[in-house]
Amino acid sequence: MVPLSHYLALSVVLFVIGAAGFIFRRNIITVFMCIELMLNAVNLAFMAFSRFLGNLDGQIFVFFVIVVAAAEAAVGLAIIIAWHRNHKSLNIEDVDSMKL
Amino acid sequence: MAAGSKITEETFMNLEILLLLMVLPPLAGAALNGILGRRFSQATVSIIGCTGAGLSMVFALLSAWIYTNSGSQPAPFIHSYFTWIQAGELRAEYAFFYDRLTLIMTLTVTIVAFLIHLYSRGYMEHEGGYYRFFTYLNLFLFMMLTLVTASSYPLMFVGWEGVGLCSYLLIGFYITKKSASDAGKKAFIVTRIGDAGFTVGVALIFWTFHSLDFQAVFARVAALPMNESEGILVAIGLLLFVGAAGKSAQLPLYVWLPDAMEGPTPVSALIHAATMVTAGVYLVARSSIIFAHAPLALEVVGIVGCLTAFFAGTIALTQNDLKRMLAYSTISQLGYMFMACGAGVFAAGIFHLMTHAFFKSLLFLAAGSVMHAMSGELDMRKMGGLRHKLKTTFATFLVGTIAISGVPLIGAGFFSKDEILAGAYEGPLGKPALFWMGTFTAALTAFYMFRGLYMTFFGASRVEPEAAHHLHESSSKMTIPLIVLSVFSVVAGWVSWPKAWGGSEGFDRYLEPVFAPATEALRHVPSEHLAELSPGALMGFSILAAFLGIVIASWWYLKSTEIPDELAERFADLYRVLTHKYYVDEFYYWLIVRPLHVVSEKFLWRKVDAGAIDNVMVNGTGEATAGLGDILRRIQSGNISSYATWVLLGAVLWLLYVFANQA
Repeated sequence: MVPLSHYLALSVVLFVIGAAGFIFRRNIITVFMCIELMLNAVNLAFMAFSRFLGNLDGQIFVFFVIVVAAAEAAVGLAIIIAWHRNHKSLNIEDVDSMKL
Repeated sequence: MAAGSKITEETFMNLEILLLLMVLPPLAGAALNGILGRRFSQATVSIIGCTGAGLSMVFALLSAWIYTNSGSQPAPFIHSYFTWIQAGELRAEYAFFYDRLTLIMTLTVTIVAFLIHLYSRGYMEHEGGYYRFFTYLNLFLFMMLTLVTASSYPLMFVGWEGVGLCSYLLIGFYITKKSASDAGKKAFIVTRIGDAGFTVGVALIFWTFHSLDFQAVFARVAALPMNESEGILVAIGLLLFVGAAGKSAQLPLYVWLPDAMEGPTPVSALIHAATMVTAGVYLVARSSIIFAHAPLALEVVGIVGCLTAFFAGTIALTQNDLKRMLAYSTISQLGYMFMACGAGVFAAGIFHLMTHAFFKSLLFLAAGSVMHAMSGELDMRKMGGLRHKLKTTFATFLVGTIAISGVPLIGAGFFSKDEILAGAYEGPLGKPALFWMGTFTAALTAFYMFRGLYMTFFGASRVEPEAAHHLHESSSKMTIPLIVLSVFSVVAGWVSWPKAWGGSEGFDRYLEPVFAPATEALRHVPSEHLAELSPGALMGFSILAAFLGIVIASWWYLKSTEIPDELAERFADLYRVLTHKYYVDEFYYWLIVRPLHVVSEKFLWRKVDAGAIDNVMVNGTGEATAGLGDILRRIQSGNISSYATWVLLGAVLWLLYVFANQA
């Protein structure tokens, strides 16, 4: 059986990749995907703990996270499309003002 | 006996109302004129003002009559209307203390004040601010009556500061005149130095006796054996005297009074001659028992009084400004009053206070009448020969001069001054030196007063042609009060016929119960006086001094008018010192005013105010906030990646903190 530490290590690796991408990447879509990556890294950790502790709380949490992520993806992508129409750009450095 | 006590009770009930009716009308007048006076005509304003003072006088007379006929006098009548301050041990009532001393003071104050109100109707007619003048004058009368009727030190202090305020307002009455407003400030600030002493003295009284009520304090002091806790009593006495010296213009705080002559003449007469400046004498006389238990303080009072009398008398010799000469004369006469208190003969001091109030206000009002006729001129070198044109003014001024110079029989000042000089010699704390100096000053007084009289009313006219054209006797509004005061200036002395003439010194006998505890205490003070001179001889010297002064003045200023100029030339240095008033003003300027200006400008203004407060504290706060904001503003770049970095950084730091704490 794969030990817990392996799951956690994978989770950390995924989270760090997500965080690093979130900070350093310029493309908004990529940044967005990095957020999803971080969320799923956390989901993995939740699942692993749930499985190893024999407790269903973690799995319920994962459902919530998936629902929130779905909603976030819907709203976030809509905003990105709207923003792209106005600015003809997907560079995150251009997103620095609160007005059009 | 039962019936008698009933009458007493009833009359005392009346007395408590009468006293309120005496004190309150001037306040009502001041309120009415102060709030609505601007819209009233001059006639209405003067009627309100004079009615306030007049009612006050009527009720003062009535209270005196009721008190005199009540069974309980000479015990003081004390009535509390309400509790004014109640804080821990400290309890101050709004209460009146009415005994024979208060009676004398209220009568003197209200009579003189009423006459001066009447006089002001005419005098102030052509000056601006008619209603303002009567408002202040009425307010002054209210405060003065509060001062003399108060039953405790705090309430007395209210009146004390109140008259100081009115004095300030009235000295600076001509608000557009720089010298007048400066003089007002000077008076206020210099008397404040004295008031600081008074306040500390009162605090010490409370600390020592746990009460500020006259009756309680005096009883506790009287119960002390002589020579016990004398140190603290000496301190209290000296501090109270500092207050008195400020108010009553004694050395070294007298400098404000001559400048106070910038105010309208009725003010000089009422406040700076007859009433307010005598408040210090009243304070010392009222606290006589404290001073009696602190003979050292009393001796200081006597010496300072004597020196002031002499010092101011010499300055008055060379003054050419009529009102200033009278001002120095006032300082000198106040010195006499303190000398009397200092010698332990308080009644003589109060007697002189009363006669002085009449004849000095008369002199001032007559000087005001001269000033009125001369279109505001006060320099006696530009007068002369006025007796032909200003007959009434001349006659009344002559009466006043006779009174202050101490001409026997017809001058009220003779009787009171004689009592003081006799007391200075044979009183409980009398010293021959006080007597001789006082007698010499009496000669000076007679000399400078007659000098003023001759320069103003006799000789050839030196009036400038333009002023001579307007020269006229004042209206009856002004002359009638003058005539009434002249009568007082003659008869006021007769109430106390001297012992040397087989009299009984009725005034002293009348005030004996008030000062009995003090006299009793002073009896235990070892006295060193030898009483070599009989009362008759003492009186002889005082009469001789007066006549010598008059004769010399007549010789120098009527007959051989070149002598004063020759003397001034021969003793040029002395003359210059005297005309410059011993350079005291210059000395104070150099010692206090100048350093104050320098420190204020160079240090307090430029360094503390402009440097520390404006720059460091006020601007510094703003600049620090702006600078910090400028740095923090850079975080708010709008760059999402940098926000994310901050979030991450925060999360990592927080985690580190949690782990660090767990470990």
